[in-house]
Amino acid sequence: MKIKKNAYFITGGILSALLTILIVVGMFWTPYSTTAMNAKAKMQPPSWSHILGTDNFGRDVFSRVMEGAGTSFVIALLVVLIGCVCGIVIGSLCGYYGGIADMILMHVCDTITAFPAILLALVIISITGGGAYNIVLALGILFIPSFARVVRTQYAGIRDLNYIKSARLMGVSAPRILYAHILPNTLPVLIPAVTIGFNNAVLAEASMSFLGIGIQPPQASLGSMLKDSQNYLNSAPWYALGTGLAVVLLILAFSLLSEGVQQGSRRS
Amino acid sequence: MKLVLKKIISLIITLFIVSLLAFLAFQIIPGDPTTKLLGTNATPEKVAQLRSQLGLDRPVLIRYMDWLVSFVKGEFGTSYTYNRAVSTLLADKLPVTVLLTVLSFLITAAVSVPIGIWAGSTRNKWVDHVFVILDQVLMAIPPFFFGMVSCFVFGIVLRWFMPGSFISLSESFSGCVSYLILPAVCLALPRIAMTVRMLRSSIQEELTQNYVYTARSRGLSRSGIMRRHILKNAMIPVVTFLAVSAAEIMTGTIIIEQVFTIPGTGRLLVSSIGNRDFPVVQAIIVILAAWIVIVNFTADMLNHWMDPRLRQ
Amino acid sequence: MSRRNIALLLSSAMLACALGTFSGATMVMADEAGSASSGDAALTVGLPQDLDNSLDPYQITAAGTREVLFNVYEGLVKPDTDGNFVDAVASEHEISEDGLTYTFTLRDGVVFHNGEEVTIDDVLYSFETCAATTTSTAVAGALSDIQDITADGDKVVITLPAANSSFLSTVSSVTIVPASYTDQATAPVGTGPFKFDSYSPQDKVVFVRNDDYYGEKPALAKVTCKIYDDANALFTALDSGSLDMAFHLTVDQVNSLSNGYNVLEGEMNLVQALYLNNARAPFDDERVRQALCYAIDTDSLLELTEDGHGAKLGSSVYPSFRKYFDESLVDAYPYDPEKAASLLQEAGAEGLSFTIKVPGNYTPHVDTANVIVEMLSAVGINAVIEKVEWNTWLTEVYQGRDFDATVIGFDAAYLSPDALLQRWVSDDSSNMISYNNADYDAAIEKAQSTTDDEEQVAAYKEAQKILSDTAANVYLQDMADFVVLNPEYTGYEYYPLYAVDFSRIRPAQ
Repeated sequence: MKIKKNAYFITGGILSALLTILIVVGMFWTPYSTTAMNAKAKMQPPSWSHILGTDNFGRDVFSRVMEGAGTSFVIALLVVLIGCVCGIVIGSLCGYYGGIADMILMHVCDTITAFPAILLALVIISITGGGAYNIVLALGILFIPSFARVVRTQYAGIRDLNYIKSARLMGVSAPRILYAHILPNTLPVLIPAVTIGFNNAVLAEASMSFLGIGIQPPQASLGSMLKDSQNYLNSAPWYALGTGLAVVLLILAFSLLSEGVQQGSRRS
Repeated sequence: MKLVLKKIISLIITLFIVSLLAFLAFQIIPGDPTTKLLGTNATPEKVAQLRSQLGLDRPVLIRYMDWLVSFVKGEFGTSYTYNRAVSTLLADKLPVTVLLTVLSFLITAAVSVPIGIWAGSTRNKWVDHVFVILDQVLMAIPPFFFGMVSCFVFGIVLRWFMPGSFISLSESFSGCVSYLILPAVCLALPRIAMTVRMLRSSIQEELTQNYVYTARSRGLSRSGIMRRHILKNAMIPVVTFLAVSAAEIMTGTIIIEQVFTIPGTGRLLVSSIGNRDFPVVQAIIVILAAWIVIVNFTADMLNHWMDPRLRQ
Repeated sequence: MSRRNIALLLSSAMLACALGTFSGATMVMADEAGSASSGDAALTVGLPQDLDNSLDPYQITAAGTREVLFNVYEGLVKPDTDGNFVDAVASEHEISEDGLTYTFTLRDGVVFHNGEEVTIDDVLYSFETCAATTTSTAVAGALSDIQDITADGDKVVITLPAANSSFLSTVSSVTIVPASYTDQATAPVGTGPFKFDSYSPQDKVVFVRNDDYYGEKPALAKVTCKIYDDANALFTALDSGSLDMAFHLTVDQVNSLSNGYNVLEGEMNLVQALYLNNARAPFDDERVRQALCYAIDTDSLLELTEDGHGAKLGSSVYPSFRKYFDESLVDAYPYDPEKAASLLQEAGAEGLSFTIKVPGNYTPHVDTANVIVEMLSAVGINAVIEKVEWNTWLTEVYQGRDFDATVIGFDAAYLSPDALLQRWVSDDSSNMISYNNADYDAAIEKAQSTTDDEEQVAAYKEAQKILSDTAANVYLQDMADFVVLNPEYTGYEYYPLYAVDFSRIRPAQ
């Protein structure tokens, strides 16, 4: 698929590239230690030495944002990956073959959607224990139904098209039809679904931290930082605003990129 | 009619599975109601005594069947934590959440439809860009963060609003509504952004359809075409989307009620999960699930009714 | 009219409606606050958590419920702000010289909130019911030791088999309730300065003045406690002026307060520590526990988490216990990372790593754990935090004893060092850390059985010293407890245990 250049694609691309660099650098180096505390440097407003100020333990907020953005990014990416891959497999089989298995699986998906996410996350966390990987697992499972649904609708629509029928007649194997012939045609719908999924995963990680079952301190994630910063909105607004801005930028960068991809491919 | 029947059966099955899942979930997560009730005073004897008092010492499946039978009879049981009938508790909390949902839904519809129509009919490129960016930004803000910041800005900096001073429905309806406006707006904003964008692109797509050119060449006015043809078609996906929003807003109240300290079902649900207050959680989950399934069903029906292509 | 116009009209009507009700709302609030000057002052208070499931005085388990119902319930005697026991439902009490016989004289004309007069039968009923049903193992234990309890005219005579100098604290925990009343759990009736009026879960609980109170009548006609389950929401409400008073606030919150309310400082009356599972390796080795004590810089911890407020602790008793508190233990383990390292080496536990389970909803404890992890990493100890839900904490840590270490605060349910120290006796059911020390058990036994005050104090101090010497836990602090009060009111006083007394609060003029 060819993408024509447009403003969204360029802005989103530049933003995503910058953030990715920041995140990757943050995995190896940050301007200050992300854990060292300093009672004398508590809650300092932004300055040249601390561009986003310091938090309640005197830690540099910018350094922690670098680390936290990395954590959130990796979690969101893995969650979308789990959701997307499982969703594609389930959705494609259901959509392509239909029948009773389709009905049952879609019913299960409906049920998961109708079930409070907090309770489900609690259940999974209590089976697997806390920590970043288990959050990925819990959220990943929660994300499967939405992908499965999108993919299923696409497959159900495409399976009866002539070119698929003829492929079947020509004896092309089912996996080949499913993933080499149909899958590329679902991309225009799948790409925005992935972007929205990414947004939702970042927000979901934040919401889980908000309810106190997210990332374990002192590790930082944008969600857990937002939760912590809540107590200091009045005395250290830069803490919450800096972190909030990072969340918004992270989500914005990738959704602009996706918007650019969509607009570009629509025009071509 | 057959479709309706099928949907109703499917609704019942979904609710059954949801309630069974919730019940099983409580068997898996650590702690039972006695943990919280006895706190740090628990001794094995007291736990055993309280468990038998609450009927928790019976086998799992029997407890579920008991619950199911009384639920079908319309009895929701008694809350372990609050020592009162679940129905009494819900009679207090549910209206608040429903009111919040309705308010938020009304705001979404009343704001997004006119703006969306306007945005769809102007052919200014910059307006377009503004809407795309606004939409992306609004979608990128975590709802609880938005609530937090608005509490801070409107409550502490501007002092327009008194966070945490909720007025109950029974005291004053208008007082209650006025407290709920800000949370309702917080819930509505991302949906407004999405609806506007959807309506805009939907109208613009209709504008490129052949029938518009035909109508134009027959000498119909632009606004006439807009009213009579374009809106009618362009509204189809939007109405469906709005209907689905009603379900999402209801789910969204769970977090917003925490942030704004609104005593509704969302807060009750979260704390009851923490308290392992099974009868309460079960009742709320079933109500929420029923609402979501019914709303999705309504959306399907609306779609069928509005779109002649689907009416076969 | 076109469809478009209708839609526009609708949305502008909505906006107008929104703006209109906004101004209406502020008027309603204005009525609510600032009525202090009128004769019937009403106070709006923020509660940091919901009430217990049962408001029955013997069934209450949460400190947060006990402290507000302090205004409703009274025993024959009750604690005052200095930690002494003063007469309440009894007009006088007398203790025989051998400490075996307690005689309480019923006060004349004390009336329950439901209008019935308190009789000697109610008193006997209360003692019986409390002994049979109380959730507090310590109170139940002390009551079961009573040899005989009899009524003699307007007097109640209690005979003990052996002297117990903290028996008055047990008596104060036996709240006097009407014998013929059965709705105690949902609509409590007591004899205190305030009557319970109504309770709406997750919303509010309302108390009104008891106009028939035998003592000094409260100045406030009504106290409305609004319930919050999020500290931040409570603070926002307080700062915006919708509350007149809040308690248990942290230093950070007080620092960000912008509405000019008065700030009072006291202590939480909690023993916050890094509690160590003494039964689990490597914490079964005294040297490892001591190493942790040396590796944690408490002063710096207080500086980081509380701007230096809060009181340091050296053992399981907090300073409000005055004569029982042993100040010399506070600095028993000065910050000394080298000593910590050498102790670890001696014990063969270099590169130690363990998990600290913390209830995630208690920010102060999570913050403390955070600082501890950072301090321990400086001496090569790898501690990781696991935030758990409160219910999980109770199940896994408190009851299951399945943990390495945890940060939590223990409060005293009644005014006796027993409330804090009894739990570390080897076979106590709530001995969460499985502390096992014969000398300690003997010291507690001695303290409980002696009649001599000085001897008792000495025995309790001995017990504390053993806890400190063996480094049972890493004792940290009694956190600062800030109370914020609207300047239109005055008169709040701290108690040495969990209690918030509304009866002394009055309009400032």
